[in-house]
Amino acid sequence: MSLALTDEQLMIQEAARDYLSQASDSAAVRSAAESEFGFDPAVWRCIASELGWCAVPVAEDCGGLGLGPVELVLIQEQAGKQLLCAPFFSTVCLGTTILQAVGTPAARELYLPNIAAGELTLGVALPQAGVQWQAGEVRAEANGDGWLLSGRVRVVDGASADQLLIAAELAGTSAWFMVSPDAVQIKALETWDGTRRFAEVILEQVAVATRCDEPEADAARGLALARLYIAAEQLGAAQACLDLTTAFVAERKQFGRAIGSFQAVKHRCAQMMVAIEAARSTIYGAAAQAAGQCDTADLQLDCAAARALASDALFYSASEAIQLHGGVGFTWEYDPQLYFKRAQASSHWLGDASAMRGLIAQQFMGNA
Amino acid sequence: MNLKESAADLEFRAEIRAWMSAHLVGEFAPLRHRGGPGDEEAYPELRKAWERELAAAGWTCVGWPQQYGGRGLSIEQQVIFHEEYARAGGPGRMGHIGEGLIGPTLIAFGSEDQKQRFLPGIVSGTQFWCQGYSEPSAGSDLANVQTRCWQLEDGSWRVQGQKVWTSLAQDSDWVFVIARCEPESRGPKGLAFLLLPLDQPGVSIKPIRQLSGSCEFNEVFFDEAVAAADDLVGEPGQGWKVAMGLLEVERGVSTLGQQMHFAHEMELIVEVAKRYGRAADPGIRDRIGHAVCGLRAMRYNALRMLSGGQGEDGRLQLGREALIYKYYWSNWHRDLGKLAMDVLGPVGDVPSDDPAVQRLQQVFFFSRADTIYAGTNEIQLNLIGERGLGLPKEPRG
Repeated sequence: MSLALTDEQLMIQEAARDYLSQASDSAAVRSAAESEFGFDPAVWRCIASELGWCAVPVAEDCGGLGLGPVELVLIQEQAGKQLLCAPFFSTVCLGTTILQAVGTPAARELYLPNIAAGELTLGVALPQAGVQWQAGEVRAEANGDGWLLSGRVRVVDGASADQLLIAAELAGTSAWFMVSPDAVQIKALETWDGTRRFAEVILEQVAVATRCDEPEADAARGLALARLYIAAEQLGAAQACLDLTTAFVAERKQFGRAIGSFQAVKHRCAQMMVAIEAARSTIYGAAAQAAGQCDTADLQLDCAAARALASDALFYSASEAIQLHGGVGFTWEYDPQLYFKRAQASSHWLGDASAMRGLIAQQFMGNA
Repeated sequence: MNLKESAADLEFRAEIRAWMSAHLVGEFAPLRHRGGPGDEEAYPELRKAWERELAAAGWTCVGWPQQYGGRGLSIEQQVIFHEEYARAGGPGRMGHIGEGLIGPTLIAFGSEDQKQRFLPGIVSGTQFWCQGYSEPSAGSDLANVQTRCWQLEDGSWRVQGQKVWTSLAQDSDWVFVIARCEPESRGPKGLAFLLLPLDQPGVSIKPIRQLSGSCEFNEVFFDEAVAAADDLVGEPGQGWKVAMGLLEVERGVSTLGQQMHFAHEMELIVEVAKRYGRAADPGIRDRIGHAVCGLRAMRYNALRMLSGGQGEDGRLQLGREALIYKYYWSNWHRDLGKLAMDVLGPVGDVPSDDPAVQRLQQVFFFSRADTIYAGTNEIQLNLIGERGLGLPKEPRG
């Protein structure tokens, strides 16, 4: 038993850190956030084609590298730290995870090689309520050999993606469909967190010929992994808040001393580190679970715990970053605000911390 | 990363499980889940007999090198031992100060003669030790030791002063102390590390009654108490180095055992929540969910500590996860105690004979000490801030 990273994993981690600290620094993030689609196409090309990150989790028989959750967690951690603006989260962390967990052979063959090659981006529906992929916001009904989709749902990177992966309610169950942007109405949303774009997608009797998922497939594993990847990104963002704050309080002098030497300040930085390291341990542990042959129920619990801890650690760290920066922490110019907005936005994706604790309690103690 | 256990490790697990279920029965049955923190006074004599039972099968000092009578287990196997011991409800170890603190200290710093005289008694579960570090004026500022010692012409030492918070002194045979051998010295300089038998005229022990009503801790008074010439460990003046040499690092291994106790306490909370109709309360469920998150965090944090690699000296290296560990588990455990009492409600107000209720009441009261002993919350946060984050030190008086 070991949670030590392999040499290859350490290389992936270092490569992600090196590239993103340059390509996704504060200026780059701010500029991407103000661009039309919320990311810099040159950065995306580099990630997708040259660095090959999109191929990381994709199975080898679909043109990918066949690496696992550990590698993707390491990349996501760095992406979160630098608030990477790119359709990587939607296409790889959500879309690819779903297609690999529940996709039909035909859907895998159709989409995964293009994703791995960096030639296809996906927008993925994230419901606004509940803890499941689909919350009844889109409904599917049979239409001859195919289906008709109707409803309205929020989609990550919905305004820029090549294809939209939408979950819909189908006769009391859940089903996934790939929809062309041309077939729907798309309203790009202006969100407080400009580092991740969402669009509202409106479907009116949209005809689709096939569904992407196997009706009998177990959706739980994909959902757990998606939560893990959100958690990893939140962990990186929380670490960035701590790094910014530590650097600031070590430099800033008041009363003739660096304010970081006062226990009133130092202890709060230490408490941020406690929350962050606890989340990191849980995320790495859950990733190691996912990489092995573990029971789905165990994985669900671990990923829910990782998500709850990371979500709370990020909001706490971002809030403390603002407070400990003092006046400048409240300005547009300093970076804590960027992380604070991401902290709030990401807090509820696929269920908030309180919902995760509810799921965990259910699993741990059953019904009353 | 790999969370799978090898076939040999699984077999080892089964061996311990089988041994525990065959031996923690009969006369030892009352010891199941007893004698832990807050319950240290339970069955002292029977727990000493249990130490001998363990020793006879080679289950004491499992991490020590074989040349000193240990089992020489790898870190992974030590973890497995502690986990299975705790999972089976193995009682709090009377010998843990000897096995975990003074034994390893003697192995690292003791003379050959000291190793030969003291290690076998620890391995055989026949000689029990307590630790004499803290004093009324040396708590968080541990180096501010005032107890004095001096050497007579025959080479023997005399010790004068007072130690406090000495766990289980009333059930121990020997104490190890740090005392000031250089009268003008201050702080960590000028200290000596001495071994003293407790059964002598110069030593008196006075129990301290805790807020929970029990008396695990003691004050220990030294009035020209005698330590033999051969019972100085290391050089005079080097006592601090000896005392600090083994703190922190080796604790990681037993923490996975501690977590089994925590998991057991969580099961008791669920049991009483169902018994007293609190299991559907959304607030209680949220807190139980939160506690489970902490349990997972502690497990993976400990595995991370143990995966951090060993330095050239063969000892575990301290990473960021090791720095946060004590703060994390102690605060988690204190919160668990409060959760337990909130689940119990009015039932918790009355001292109980019910094993589950009694145990949870102990957790509630004793966990208040968790964030004080072995480095208070405030000291832990200083360490994390200064060592973990490199923040500047506060000026000291």
